[in-house]
Amino acid sequence: MTVAPALLTLEDVDVVYGAAITAVRGVRLHVGQGEIVTLLGANGAGKTSTLRAVSNLLHAKLGRMSRGRITFDGRSTAGLPTSRLVSSGLVQVLEGRHCFRALTIEENLITGAIGRRASKAETATDLELVYALFPRLRTKRAVLAGLTSGGEQQMAAIGRALMARPRLLILDEPSMGLAPIVVAEIFLALTALNRDQGLSILLAEQNATVALKAAHRGVVLENGRVTLTGIASELSARDDIRAAYLGLNKPPSSESSRSKSIEVVA
Amino acid sequence: MSSAILERQANSQGLPGLKSFRGPFLVLLVFAVVIPQVHSDYLFDAILTPFLAISLAALGLNLLTGYAGQVSLGSAAFMAVGAFAGYNFLLRIPGLPLLAGLAFAGLTAAVIGIVFGLPSLRLRGFYLAVSTLATQFFVQWALTNISWFSNDDTSGVISPPPLHLGGFALDSPVRRYLLCLGVVAVLTFLAMRLVSGQTGRALIAVRDSELGARVLGVKVLRTKLFIFAVSSFYIGVAGALWSFAYLRTIEPDGFDLDRSFQILFVIIIGGLASIRGAFLGAAFIVVLPLLLSRAGAILLGPGFDSGLVDLVQKIFLGALIILFLRLEPAGLSALVGRLRIRRNAT
Repeated sequence: MTVAPALLTLEDVDVVYGAAITAVRGVRLHVGQGEIVTLLGANGAGKTSTLRAVSNLLHAKLGRMSRGRITFDGRSTAGLPTSRLVSSGLVQVLEGRHCFRALTIEENLITGAIGRRASKAETATDLELVYALFPRLRTKRAVLAGLTSGGEQQMAAIGRALMARPRLLILDEPSMGLAPIVVAEIFLALTALNRDQGLSILLAEQNATVALKAAHRGVVLENGRVTLTGIASELSARDDIRAAYLGLNKPPSSESSRSKSIEVVA
Repeated sequence: MSSAILERQANSQGLPGLKSFRGPFLVLLVFAVVIPQVHSDYLFDAILTPFLAISLAALGLNLLTGYAGQVSLGSAAFMAVGAFAGYNFLLRIPGLPLLAGLAFAGLTAAVIGIVFGLPSLRLRGFYLAVSTLATQFFVQWALTNISWFSNDDTSGVISPPPLHLGGFALDSPVRRYLLCLGVVAVLTFLAMRLVSGQTGRALIAVRDSELGARVLGVKVLRTKLFIFAVSSFYIGVAGALWSFAYLRTIEPDGFDLDRSFQILFVIIIGGLASIRGAFLGAAFIVVLPLLLSRAGAILLGPGFDSGLVDLVQKIFLGALIILFLRLEPAGLSALVGRLRIRRNAT
């Protein structure tokens, strides 16, 4: 669509769980080379299902892609095991971090190199890059991941994915359960990766303020359908988005401002 | 600059790090050089040889259950496969060296392990444990009912062939003990290498978060089947040693569900995901009851009812298990680790 060739495209994707629940219907989206795209939506909107479909992780949850087509780097991902996708550069950071709690932070990072069978020297180089990006991990590197804070675990999960040298990094709610200052630190790192190394990023978020600030484009999901797509800065200026996802400044009408105040309290 | 873990990894890939193997090596030295000086057939035949065989089986199960998180109740079945396969290979291939027979015994168990490991690709936890029961019952049934396995012997109890290693006849308790020690030492060393490298991290990753491992490109299915095979190999060799070197007879009844439970308890009490734990647990479960019954017989005198001694011993052992697990739920291995840290601190 734009000048940048699409790295990832989803065309009319449906995701079904147990042949009964349709979580995602007809989703179309694309991520261009060097782009940050954010997938916005409330709980149950279909963000995680969409991302799991991209990484071919649905069958673990008894789900499947019943319709549509996903291509990464011009090739269909249908039937490719996750490990193949990882080695071709499509790497996901799962919601809820999934750190290996019995391994140290550094060992967790090293597991990220398994998928691409990195040599020891490459692993050591990449480790230094991750530590440069998240200096906090260096100080905690010998600590078991299960004993570190949520923020450190999220950083380790992202660092671990970077060890696989992704071309497209997919993140599922990296801000979940984290303090605003930690969220800011993580998003700063992500935008730096995008700016300095041209890393393409697809990011599912509920925290629309932070996500739209970092992203180039946004895609809004509601009940499994794409309801809105656009340039991030334009989306964050739209009143309906501000009302639904940013929780700010509803247009001045007495009735809605009352509902707004209730929303804030809730 | 370079990190501690990478050094550890470097060590495990090239020459083994001398420091991390020093403790186990000293223990091995004691068991290989000092202990054989003791002149007691009872010590070797009734205590140390079964201790080594059960330790090896527990080590195999710990790779599967402790490191990779796959629960199995089929350990005794794999021991039986190893014992009968070793017997048949040595019987039917004249002149086959003993060590080759043991290796074939392990490989046969590994193949069976892969077949019965297939359910693990879909099942987890208790459900997987129940499916491994199928292994336990099927193998025991097959070995009892298909007479070819026991060379058509009508009694059902068969004797292993005389053991030779090179020109040496392994005809004394000490020699059979040393055979076990050698095999166990080599396999333990390989297991230590395995768990300290990238494979070990992949196993723990699969255990701690299967989805997390998959998303990093770990081939979860292949990893699971691989560890089922390795674990079954270890347990198979242990079964062959158990019947060749310890029992000197082979019969399916010796490898029933009780034995599977025994090996599971060894790793729970010794410590999951710990090489050392397999040996500590085996010492506790196998050796302690023998010592207790000896102590009981000596304390209570020869005229005492042996059934009662047996009962008292079981109560005592049960109380000890509860006490130990209360003190250290992570097993004897963690207890030893803590004592060592405390000693180093003072």
